[in-house]
Amino acid sequence: MRRLLVWPPQAYLIAFFLVPTLIMVASSFAWPGEEGGLSSFWVRDAQGIHFDLTFDNYRDIFTSRLFLVLFARSLGYAGLTTASCLLAAYPLALVIARSAGKYRNLLLLMVIVPFWTNFLIRIYALMIILGPQAALARILNALLDWVGLTPVSLLFSPFAVLVGMVYIYLPFMVLPLYANLEKHDPDLLDAARDLGAGSWQRFWRITFPLSLPGVMAGSALVFIPALGAFAVPDILGGTRGIMIGNVIKMQFLEARDWPFGSALSIMLTLLALVVTGLAAWLARRKVGAGV
Amino acid sequence: MALLEIRHVTKRFGGLAAVSDASLEIQPGEFFTLLGPSGCGKTTLLRMIAGFDVPDAGQILLDGVDLAATPPERRPFHTVFQSYALFPHMTVADNIAFPLRMAKVDERKLAARVAAALGEVRLQDMGTRYPNALSGGQKQRVALARALIDRPRLLLLDEPLAALDLKLREQMQSELISLQKDVGITFVYVTHDQGEALALSHRIAVMNEGRVSQIGTPDEVYEFPANRFVADFIGTCNLLDARVMALDGERVTLNVAGLGTVRAWSSRPCQQGDRGVLALRPEKIQLDRAPSSGGEASHFLGTIRGQMYLGDVTVYKVEIGNAVLVEALLPNSTARGARLFAPGDQIYLSWGYDAGRFIHDG
Ligand SMILES: Nc1ncnc2c1ncn2[C@@H]1O[C@H](COP(=O)(O)OP(=O)(O)OP(=O)(O)O)[C@@H](O)[C@H]1O
Ligand SMILES: [Mg+2]
Repeated sequence: MRRLLVWPPQAYLIAFFLVPTLIMVASSFAWPGEEGGLSSFWVRDAQGIHFDLTFDNYRDIFTSRLFLVLFARSLGYAGLTTASCLLAAYPLALVIARSAGKYRNLLLLMVIVPFWTNFLIRIYALMIILGPQAALARILNALLDWVGLTPVSLLFSPFAVLVGMVYIYLPFMVLPLYANLEKHDPDLLDAARDLGAGSWQRFWRITFPLSLPGVMAGSALVFIPALGAFAVPDILGGTRGIMIGNVIKMQFLEARDWPFGSALSIMLTLLALVVTGLAAWLARRKVGAGV
Repeated sequence: MALLEIRHVTKRFGGLAAVSDASLEIQPGEFFTLLGPSGCGKTTLLRMIAGFDVPDAGQILLDGVDLAATPPERRPFHTVFQSYALFPHMTVADNIAFPLRMAKVDERKLAARVAAALGEVRLQDMGTRYPNALSGGQKQRVALARALIDRPRLLLLDEPLAALDLKLREQMQSELISLQKDVGITFVYVTHDQGEALALSHRIAVMNEGRVSQIGTPDEVYEFPANRFVADFIGTCNLLDARVMALDGERVTLNVAGLGTVRAWSSRPCQQGDRGVLALRPEKIQLDRAPSSGGEASHFLGTIRGQMYLGDVTVYKVEIGNAVLVEALLPNSTARGARLFAPGDQIYLSWGYDAGRFIHDG
């Protein structure tokens, strides 16, 4: 009976996380098939039936400057997106956590409301807002013209990608931060103040260190999907905003080279693991065991 | 001059006055206690002293200087919170060093002072622990050490022992007394426990519904309660409706409902015909099998109606005259101990004239 009760979560993890990842790992060592997709792992030739695996996909990644640049750029975008989300979300989460009960629910609702509109529609809306005919671009370019600079295009630029990603992922940073900040004991801030800490000291010595688990959770929720994003750069990025996610999508849907797509996506997973692991380790070392 | 002076301070939350027109003075070196039932405004008054709450009216002065413009972080006071409020992400040593770091004390001098502070509360070896690895009593000591390390002018304590069990509470009480004596810092202590207040304090302010009912030394508030509330709240007290028949200075002759004429003592001037209560402490009543006689004592014949054995003492409920019930208390000091009398027994009660206090109404 005990064992049966333990099963569902483990079964869920195995079915939806472990198995797909293992399939990806396996296919990343395969050859591409004749009509795209995968070729069989088993080949029959003059020597009989045997396994045929290759490291070529990984070699191609590490020997091509293009892919390394794309990985680095994705890392940069994801890092910038995470940092911007954190900067934007922290004050917001703090205000929500410290506001009176009735306003708090209203504010939380406003964070969640955008989810009610389809993701693609929100991105297309941004496309219009950032577009050359919209007020934003016109005012900016009028200003640039006035100081004697050449006009710029907001859309189809790294800037547009960043704006889009921050907009899409912001709630994923706000919610875990809020969940953490809301639990802080207000007596701690009173105590710090009583012991001589000004508002800045109270934030840096009490609130921020205690919120690090929330910062880590929110950053992981933003960083990991941002690293593999493809829809936002597809729509808002143009050719200059392409990310590794776009390449992976291309491998699967257009080039039909599933093994190479798998290898790229395994590399992406490893990259995400390494970065988040490193961040978690740093945070723990900095704050100590009390939290 | 008083160290801290509170002048006509009022604080309202919505329509309710949590503290109304409170005035008191705290002298340097004093162990001063705010005592009162739950919700009487003790915490609110303490928070106004600390600066977390701002009075709606009145002033709080330190050394005669109004503190209104001084925020909590710049008041030379520290608070020990009932929840301890230790910083969970800092070690015990870092918690204790916090006020010094805020005051930008040289990091090289920190370690020695923290070690000394740990010694003061007998936690020498606990510096590297985190608060979640401490017992309630240890957390309490860390909170004390942290609040005392930079020697504030005033230490504010809000029911600091409420969360501890009885034995530990008694031990911490005596530690608090000696700690206060050693460091020589003025303590303002909040409690709803009258026994704790009597045991610890130099002076007590008894509060009721946001007002200061009486200020005095423990024996003053116990022996000479200024009003019905104080008499009733501190210790146990028989309160019998009475009227002044005659006076002779501080001595009054009362007509007590159901008892008749009783002689008592009044600390405040009163007049013939004044109404009030006779306050009589149970331990000041003598119980005897045989009638005793004495000049100015009051004597009554009563019947035991109930008894409560409390170990060191036994409390008897005695009915006198026309259904007047009084409580009397006898120490179980004889070798065989308790139960000298049984319900139904006829006994004689007596008390000296100066055992009864007359308390005015209004
Ligand atoms: N922030 C607040 N908002 C509204 N009412 C408050 C607030 N703080 C206190 N009160 C009210 O003021 C009154 C006094 O509260 P206070 O906390 O000072 O009492 P207390 O004497 O410390 O009681 P206890 O012994 O239960 O701690 C109570 O009726 C309380 O409900
Ligand atoms: Mg209180």
